[in-house]
Amino acid sequence: MTRDLLIRGMIVGVIAGLLAFGFARVFGEPQVDSAIAFEEKMSQAANEAAEPELVTRATQAGIGLFTGIVVYSAALGGLFSLVFAFVYGRVSSFGPRSTAALLALAGFIAIVLVPDIKYPANPPAVGNPDTITARTELFFVMLVLSVGSLAVAVAFARRLHARYGAWNSTLIAGAAFVVFITLVQYLLPAINEVPEQFSPNVLWNFRIASLGIHAIVWATLGLLFGALAERLMVKQQPRYRLQTAR
Amino acid sequence: MSDITLAPGTGVTPIPLGEVLPWAIFGGLILLLAIYFVGAEEGATSLFSGMYVHEFVHDGRHLLGFPCH
Repeated sequence: MTRDLLIRGMIVGVIAGLLAFGFARVFGEPQVDSAIAFEEKMSQAANEAAEPELVTRATQAGIGLFTGIVVYSAALGGLFSLVFAFVYGRVSSFGPRSTAALLALAGFIAIVLVPDIKYPANPPAVGNPDTITARTELFFVMLVLSVGSLAVAVAFARRLHARYGAWNSTLIAGAAFVVFITLVQYLLPAINEVPEQFSPNVLWNFRIASLGIHAIVWATLGLLFGALAERLMVKQQPRYRLQTAR
Repeated sequence: MSDITLAPGTGVTPIPLGEVLPWAIFGGLILLLAIYFVGAEEGATSLFSGMYVHEFVHDGRHLLGFPCH
């Protein structure tokens, strides 16, 4: 069963990646181009030699972008299906479709939205190369705390379930998650390396495009994987079916 | 009514842990490595020398929100 789910997860990941690539190409690339034009203007003004081009812009914006997004998305789809295989029937009594949709929503919040609020995506020309190590570390600390605290919040909601019921225990655990994340984001150092003259419009559009790419990936994972898992588990494998009380 | 079992109570049957774990460990490792290559190789850390991987996935890395350079 896990093998069948993993294959489906990766196929759905590839499909999600294709959709996200189309979106990135149309809404993301113009912002990347503007940012690179700004970068070149600044280095010309500072009389710096132009960086040698190891990979052409056409390759970066074409097959490079395609490879990056599709590989990321396929891998994410595989991981998603593995987590699905673990949580299915253990966290809730929802069927495959609802489990996949809720898991994708949780993943989008914990892996994308929460880290993005603190350390948003940056276009080229934003970010000091000397701080890349510190920035990468802070980004992953934020990511781990976000995913970890959401997992703890889900476990917490399950403990409260018997006493407060599904609705209230979800609200209490959700509030605890929000309070904890607010505290973490308040305490972690801020990073602002946006150059003074950088277009705020390009920055905004770039960050929204980045969120859009992730939203497409997670929505596809949640909905399409859910549909495939439903077909696999409910129609073909009777033992994973919802058992209805008589 | 063939999909209604005699089992009391409601719920769905989890996939046995012993079946999930080997896939989760080996699959998970390989998949995380793939994400590492798209997201972080030749940025903050490097397994290969040079910048080719970084430059090749450059746009994807920026747009996916990984710290790039």
